[in-house]
Amino acid sequence: MKKQLKALIISLLISKSMFSQTHPIDTLKNTIALSEIVVISKSLAYTAKQSKVLASVDEYLSKSANVSLIKRGAYAWEPTINNMQSERLNITIDGMHIFGACTDKMDPVTSYVDISNLEEIKIYSGQTGTATGPTVGGALDLIRKKQIFCEPHWSGALDLGAESNGSQITSGAKLNYAEHRFYSGISLMYRHSENYKAGKGETVPFSQFSKYNIAANIGWKINEQNTISGSMIFDKATNVGYPALPMDVSLAQAVIGNIEHTITNPTPTIKAWSTKVYFNTIKHTMDDTKRPDVAIHMDMPGWSDTYGLHSTMLLERNKHNIQLNTNAYHNRSLAEMTMYPADKSEPSMFMYTWPDIRTSYTGVSASDKIKFSKNQWLQLNINVGLNHNHVANEFGLNSLMIFYPKMRRNKIKVPFGMQSTFSLSKGKFEISAGAGYGERAPSVSEGYGFYLFNSFDKYDYIGNPNLKTEKSLESSLNITYHIPKMKINFLVRQFRISDYIIGIHHPEYSSMTIGANGIKIYESLKYASLLNTRLTIDLYNTRSLHTKAYLNYSRGRDFKGNNLPLIKPLSYQISEFITVKQFNIELMAEGATRQTNYSKEYGEIEKPSYVIFNFNIGYNIVLNKKKINLRMGIENITDKYYSTYADWNNIPRKGRNFFISTTYTFH
Amino acid sequence: MAMAIIGIAMSSCKKENNEIINSETEGLLKIMEMSDDEYTVELYSSTGNFQLGYNEVYLRLKERASGNYQTTVNFSWVPIMNMMTTTHSCPKSSIQKETGKETLYSGYIVFQMPENADEHWTLTINYETAASTGSVSNQISVPPSIYKKVSVFTGTDSKKYIIALVQPQKPTVAINDLTLGLFSMESMMLFPQVTNYQISFDPRMPDMGNHSSPNNENPTISDADWMYHGKLSLTMTGRWKLNLMVRNQDGNIVKGENVTNTQDSSLFLEVEAN
Repeated sequence: MKKQLKALIISLLISKSMFSQTHPIDTLKNTIALSEIVVISKSLAYTAKQSKVLASVDEYLSKSANVSLIKRGAYAWEPTINNMQSERLNITIDGMHIFGACTDKMDPVTSYVDISNLEEIKIYSGQTGTATGPTVGGALDLIRKKQIFCEPHWSGALDLGAESNGSQITSGAKLNYAEHRFYSGISLMYRHSENYKAGKGETVPFSQFSKYNIAANIGWKINEQNTISGSMIFDKATNVGYPALPMDVSLAQAVIGNIEHTITNPTPTIKAWSTKVYFNTIKHTMDDTKRPDVAIHMDMPGWSDTYGLHSTMLLERNKHNIQLNTNAYHNRSLAEMTMYPADKSEPSMFMYTWPDIRTSYTGVSASDKIKFSKNQWLQLNINVGLNHNHVANEFGLNSLMIFYPKMRRNKIKVPFGMQSTFSLSKGKFEISAGAGYGERAPSVSEGYGFYLFNSFDKYDYIGNPNLKTEKSLESSLNITYHIPKMKINFLVRQFRISDYIIGIHHPEYSSMTIGANGIKIYESLKYASLLNTRLTIDLYNTRSLHTKAYLNYSRGRDFKGNNLPLIKPLSYQISEFITVKQFNIELMAEGATRQTNYSKEYGEIEKPSYVIFNFNIGYNIVLNKKKINLRMGIENITDKYYSTYADWNNIPRKGRNFFISTTYTFH
Repeated sequence: MAMAIIGIAMSSCKKENNEIINSETEGLLKIMEMSDDEYTVELYSSTGNFQLGYNEVYLRLKERASGNYQTTVNFSWVPIMNMMTTTHSCPKSSIQKETGKETLYSGYIVFQMPENADEHWTLTINYETAASTGSVSNQISVPPSIYKKVSVFTGTDSKKYIIALVQPQKPTVAINDLTLGLFSMESMMLFPQVTNYQISFDPRMPDMGNHSSPNNENPTISDADWMYHGKLSLTMTGRWKLNLMVRNQDGNIVKGENVTNTQDSSLFLEVEAN
């Protein structure tokens, strides 16, 4: 019945939009977008304005007010949106699903790409992010760099950067060739860092990393309407330290590939239809051999392979701008742990921490942006899918059945979601209000994890195959007030998530990990609520002076009023952008107040307030078709020793850091 | 000519019969044979060896002259440990015909101590068929084991007991069926089953912080075999220590202690999960 209802809603939505009256499409001047875009390398002109051109993907993301990053070291930060982490987000590469292979979240998807692969990152809040599948918190879509068919020519770039703190070196090169019916390109990026120093000169041991990334792409224009393209990314990180965790990583390797077909304007209504088939395979190996005083030596390798299809059709008719998506993927997640007793004559101890979980998802989603007039529009999003989990490993199934003797090998969920946003612009005001409902299936760790040690709260986590889907009711309000030289924006997003999945302590069970506090089992709380608010002020003092400031307040509580973990305290950022001739200068202050609403139960402590100051200056030299961008800066000028709410196990962040980069581009 | 034909017919008939008889020991490995002039006793187990602790032993009796396996035999056995100064026996069952089998008999023996250079086990098997009665005897090998599968202890009541792991013989990472046999030592030769006690256990992993496992069930007595049956959860491979506590019918502790941060139970058995 429920399924039939869902199908009915979809068909109504589609048919309604298909048979509407013809109207000229007008362009909206509305500045309130449903998604935020973090530009990485869209255009050469943009490079000039970037504060740190050769920053990592994580650093680019951290500039977004919508994204926070949980740090377990200097590498592979875990992005959060609306104070929700990976399992509540859709993180995709051009709509392609990819899942980390580490049970301890040491390898978020964003760690397997580099800025050389990406053009921009689209950030969606809550149910506006369902184009790639069901979500609760939102979505991050990492949009790869695309070449265009044009007059035959070569283009390329050379990057070189250095940072004082951690003796970090970043270097990259790319070479592209394009013509009317063909293009091809290759890029290379290498990053290496030693241990960084926290403020006041304290070295943070095991914070080193090395990584390289090679990417290639190719495209053919078959005819005026049809193109076929393919791309491949090989990303390999070695010797990655995680100071916040008891283990490091000796290898994190991904191969990500796809073939895509795009047809443009096949009918007057269908503007574009692109379909890609893709695969990615990840190998992740944890390593504790370099750590002193390990209680027991362990090997913890993990694998994650995903095969999928993503198809997007864009339709325009009358007032409607419709996007239809089909997503299908199959993921295999396997992780194991072998422990070696100090006494070599004793047998080793082995378990599957992810017992070869096969997740198959097939779903459809649709969105329609209906333009009622120049100043009013309505966006509707709807999605439904079938999520199937299968425990493929017999050994692993038997292990889980110790906790759940009646569990079944297969589990089916039908997550469903819908959302609408109404936007209105009137006079000096622009108002956008949204409401939505969405569900998500539990993640592999939440459903099937076996003794996953969380080094923050120091509990072993056991998955729960009987978890219900998590259900989120959300609402948002976004108000912008414009006057000359000033723009004020206020944003509030509220989530009420029922059957909220979180680990609950079970004192009757004994923890496995040496030194752990006990066992937590993923369970569904009656509900949890999350509030995110932000006030942003932009001042355009003169043409060359721009001040941007924002204040962020979030609150996350469970149904009993207890604080949820990893909720951002009151925080702020003030930036001053100065442009003088070929120079770009940025001054920034960033800080947070004392974290009073912390969760002791999840290992958090009350983090003190902090403020840090950054400065950078860039200079551009343009010679004919060649351009050189020089940029240097100082981060954490006062060498403040600090740690924020998002620093796993309270590790301190980087102290003072000088950086310099040069980028040479030709086209 | 006729003789030859009959001979062929007979041999083929015999072959068929033997095939059926051989299939009765399928999945078992021969430990040894013991013979007198008339008969051979064949001994089998799942491993092909005797082991310290509990042994499920299979037997059949072959007439040496005809090579025929006997279908109606009364077996009994006497295992004896020949120590330097004394001799004693061990817990054992009677020998019954395996259900559904023609020639195969089975029973169990619990060897509570291993052999050593100066001390060894002998096994005497008495048989009784319609035609004759006899007995065979041999020294057998019961080597020491890596893991503690049997424990001899003196209870608070000053009586001697033997506790043995019957099941699982091949523990896996899962919820295993647990069977424990408890015997009291009434004399050097008499080891009856103790059927009205209570056994509780706490499985621990000494090499990994001595952690336990969830959803274990303490074994309770079953009148099917007068052994104690429960459930044993093993969450990973490796050596597990089953810390035991034995209480008598009044609930008084006979042997064993609760596991604390600093101390395990003095009564325990061991398994290796695979």
